[in-house]
Amino acid sequence: MQPLVLSDFSIVSSLGAGREATLAALQAGRSGLVPCGFETVKLPTYVGEIAGLDEPVAGVACRNSRLARRALEQDGFAERVAQARAKYGPHRIGVFAGTSTSGILESELAYRRRNSPSGKLPPDFDYAKSHNTFSVAGFVAEHLGLDGPAVALSSACATTAKVFGAAARMIAAGLCDAAVVGGADTLCLTTLYGFHALNLLSTVPCRPFDRERDGISIGEAAGFALLEKPDARQAQDVNAVMLLGVGESNDAHHMSTPHPEGVGARLAMERALAAAGLAAEDIDYINLHGTATQAGDASEDIAVVGLFGVETPVSSTKGLTGHTLGAAGIVETIISSLSLLHGFWPGSANTKNLDTALRSRYVVETQNGRTDRVMSNSFGFGGSNCSLILGRAS
Amino acid sequence: MQVYVEGIGLCGPGLAGWEASRTLLAGVRPYVSMPVVVPASALLPANERRRMIMTGKLTMAVGSEAFFHAGRDAAVTPTVFTSSGGDGDTVHQILEELATPEREVSPTRFHNSVHNAPAGYWSIATRSHEPTTALCGHDASFAAGLLEAAAQATAESRPVALIAYDLPYPEPLNAVRPIVSLFATALILSPAATDHSLARLTIALRRDGATPTLMPDAALEELRGGNPAARSLPLLAVLARHAAETVALEHLGGKHVVVAVAPTTAAT
Repeated sequence: MQPLVLSDFSIVSSLGAGREATLAALQAGRSGLVPCGFETVKLPTYVGEIAGLDEPVAGVACRNSRLARRALEQDGFAERVAQARAKYGPHRIGVFAGTSTSGILESELAYRRRNSPSGKLPPDFDYAKSHNTFSVAGFVAEHLGLDGPAVALSSACATTAKVFGAAARMIAAGLCDAAVVGGADTLCLTTLYGFHALNLLSTVPCRPFDRERDGISIGEAAGFALLEKPDARQAQDVNAVMLLGVGESNDAHHMSTPHPEGVGARLAMERALAAAGLAAEDIDYINLHGTATQAGDASEDIAVVGLFGVETPVSSTKGLTGHTLGAAGIVETIISSLSLLHGFWPGSANTKNLDTALRSRYVVETQNGRTDRVMSNSFGFGGSNCSLILGRAS
Repeated sequence: MQVYVEGIGLCGPGLAGWEASRTLLAGVRPYVSMPVVVPASALLPANERRRMIMTGKLTMAVGSEAFFHAGRDAAVTPTVFTSSGGDGDTVHQILEELATPEREVSPTRFHNSVHNAPAGYWSIATRSHEPTTALCGHDASFAAGLLEAAAQATAESRPVALIAYDLPYPEPLNAVRPIVSLFATALILSPAATDHSLARLTIALRRDGATPTLMPDAALEELRGGNPAARSLPLLAVLARHAAETVALEHLGGKHVVVAVAPTTAAT
């Protein structure tokens, strides 16, 4: 594929708001996971919650869009998009925003307030701007004043990696010149009680690749990137982060369990390498999907070792951020961009005793290292897989 | 963008498959709305069909019909699924469970609640490792899906299946988001003409000048306006007439996806 540049990016997670706070937490190995006190949830689990998201914001209908808004306001991202809008025109910038549960939290709360005896939802419930999956994409387009193609992608936990593929295709097809990609997923009862029902919630902060790992910790996050064709200056700028390859696949195995041999995961990584015109040995670090479930980490390890061998440094950052579900793709793309720019491999918070049955070269403590080209993996329910390759402009 | 339509699937009220619906959509026979019967897809064995969510049955029915007519292998073809509401029954049941003091969510229901659940079931049923994309564009879901599918076909020079579906929510969501009937359609799109090509589509996103193409028949127009997947009807009607015409499908913010249709084989 034709490389594209991430001209700017923004992030909010339980690690903090903005690039500086995120970088500091990554380098210090400071986890954002705390015992769950979200809403009225009574589950023995840890969450990565962001403070202050319940405060109403005029014209913003749900917690998920408030989270998206907060991300757009970090580090001058909205101003950078405004410059791109002036350069290309609002109709030439697309919005490809991912979410898994959009503003479903508002529906959960509204169902508790149903009218008796009619059963009707309360009149203040705004379906289109909260529950509907498109709500986050519509909000972003409106907030940034963009009028190009806008769509929400919702492929569970792979979705905000897949937004990069959708945007790259639209740019290649000439439907837009640039795109705001990313998305948001907030904590909600559906995912907390849903993963609990699947016996996939850990009772301690999640421990990727640990032999004692026993499930995920859920986090909330939002992130966005401005993706465009590099101009002459960016093409020469060693500090420009480029999207070099996107690889997508499906497991065709099970709705909520990964393929035991990581067949789909490996295909996604192979396709990303092929799209980038790179070989496995060209990748300096892999940010794994690594959710800390027994089955998930084991299958990803098989896929990684099968393709890369046991020398490529890898780690999962979900012990820091929690599994941010529909936002995991953009969160870890941005984490990978920070490791690329600052030359370090993020460590794996909470991982104490590496599972010796897993053979990848797993980085437990944050360390400096070569990061000229990095891969980020995102896999989700429905067998959806996406791998991205980022690199410095050469 | 230019793509070629190779196969079409259709399921809606009084619209029992593409071949059976062509004369209705072309206006040769009068359209009469009738309760939807979702045909059994060969992709689903009877025991799995009983457990399958409605969105899975519906998308497999239209998808397998379109692949049959296109003569393509679903196992090697990427898919784009687009829907405004996804599986409303599943989501409603989870919301009801969460409103009880026990909050006991069915684990199967939870994994069925993701917007890409039909895409996941499709991949399993067709044994396809090719990418699946699951989109939502509210009322513009079909137009957004057509843009994505056409961009995939042209940018990656390979055929792609577009599957659009929407069905009514149960109450109380139905009251705040009424969706008329159940409707699904599938289009197999290829970047180059083949023996199976029915028509060439030239697709553009336009900001000005267009007004949405409506259905001349009042009942079909009610369906078009009331179900996001049925926003495809003006395009399907032109394909049914085997005519060279241009249709405008509403996108968001006053934009339109404008599709110029040019038949590529003699009408049958």
